[in-house]
Amino acid sequence: MNNQTTAPQELAERRQALRLFLGGGVIASLASFLYPILRYILPPKTVEQTSESVLAARVGELKPNTGKVFRFGSRPALLTLTSDGKYHAISAVCTHLNCTVQYRSDLHNVWCACHNGMYTPDGANISGPPPRPLEAYDVVLKGDEIYVRRKGNG
Amino acid sequence: MSAAGRVKDWLDERFGWHEIRTFIEHKTVPVHRFSYWYFLGGMTLFLFTIQVITGILLLLYYRPTPNDAFESVQYIMTQVPFGWLIRSIHSWSANLMVFTAAAHMFSVFFLKSYRKPRELTWLSGMLLLFLTLGFGFSGYLLPWNTLSFFATKVGTDIAGLMPGLGPWILTFLRGGEDVTGATLTRFFGFHVAVLPGIAATLIALHLLLVQRFGMSVPPSVEAAWQARPGDRKEIRFFPNFLLRELMAWYVVLAILGGLAALKPWELGVKADPFGAAPPGIRPEWYFMFMFQSLKFIPAKIWIFDGELLGVMGFGAAFLAWTLVPFFDTGRRGWVQKFVTGVGVFGLGFIGVMTLYAYTAK
Repeated sequence: MNNQTTAPQELAERRQALRLFLGGGVIASLASFLYPILRYILPPKTVEQTSESVLAARVGELKPNTGKVFRFGSRPALLTLTSDGKYHAISAVCTHLNCTVQYRSDLHNVWCACHNGMYTPDGANISGPPPRPLEAYDVVLKGDEIYVRRKGNG
Repeated sequence: MSAAGRVKDWLDERFGWHEIRTFIEHKTVPVHRFSYWYFLGGMTLFLFTIQVITGILLLLYYRPTPNDAFESVQYIMTQVPFGWLIRSIHSWSANLMVFTAAAHMFSVFFLKSYRKPRELTWLSGMLLLFLTLGFGFSGYLLPWNTLSFFATKVGTDIAGLMPGLGPWILTFLRGGEDVTGATLTRFFGFHVAVLPGIAATLIALHLLLVQRFGMSVPPSVEAAWQARPGDRKEIRFFPNFLLRELMAWYVVLAILGGLAALKPWELGVKADPFGAAPPGIRPEWYFMFMFQSLKFIPAKIWIFDGELLGVMGFGAAFLAWTLVPFFDTGRRGWVQKFVTGVGVFGLGFIGVMTLYAYTAK
């Protein structure tokens, strides 16, 4: 047979080459299974639709020193009417761990129920665990409608 | 030959029924003053069985979409005959199971049963404990109420804090950037398919290892028995220990039935993704110590995010705890004492933080 004439050195090399092909083939096929699965489990990115203005409320809907959570694109936002008669709009997603904040009339500030974080009505973080201020939005009055839009989209 | 005898012979010829019988007949359990702790693992297994049965029953009516989930659980609780009972048992049993699994883990920890050759038994047990918490976390969201909605937001956000893989894990868990219907669908899949599959495999491994090595005897008892071999006591597993274990299961069943009947599990208010988090928002009791600790950590510690440091700290602590058999090999006395001290501190920390979370205003 052929084997008897093949040197042991050459045999070992052949075996190594076969192992490489076999191992490489198995790894390549596993990778070809895993790659689509890994891509599949992460959902496709959705388009943010928050560039335009959103109708948050109507004039008179909010009493002074109250607030309202409304839908701003795919996330909640907070519109407040402070005691001095000014409207403020900020993101309602707490910068700490993502809970939705609310306006507390008794504290005259914005409060997160989850971990006791506190912000001013214009979004500055003043106490508790929040690491960053809430994003502030522009408030635009058109007739009796109150529109909110991202800053700098005027 | 009787019919039963023929069946026995038939089985014996096929897979050695006789050997299994002999094994069961010879299996013994040591008897000493800590023997009661041996019941906890079996109790956890019993509760897991109840979870599987009641979980399958809940699947008959539950619908995992944001529009239907809350209403379908409401339907189970109010319209389906005994629906309130099945769901209450599932919820209460889940909580009892976390409790017995944790108690089992601590008893194994303090009795030092994780020593050689039982390192893998301990590891598989720790994985099962984390899996139990995963079951709790994913199941909590399924009724789609306000409490569970915000608890899931916070919980997944914490997972997302992990450096490097964090954002990837966050998107994977939520099925997007926010907690939405996509999250509910995923959690449902984890809860009823992924986790049960892993759990069944790990439980089989865990039980197999327990059979292989038998029950561990705590070092102090072992030393006493070596000094006075006459004191060594054992009982047969079948039927002596099994009957005692069954008594323990009945006690668990009584507690479970009492809780489910007298305090049916609440449904709460349907989640509103565009509403504010209500006051009194909190996770399940077994996550409370972490929740409370994170509240105490300031936003910034030097240049680091306080939250991140806290989460990393817990992660490191859990990892070290899981790897304890490899630190405490039982060869050095001071290591043994130190590990026990750390265990007492850990248990105390969890106890105090949990108590504080429920009592502080």
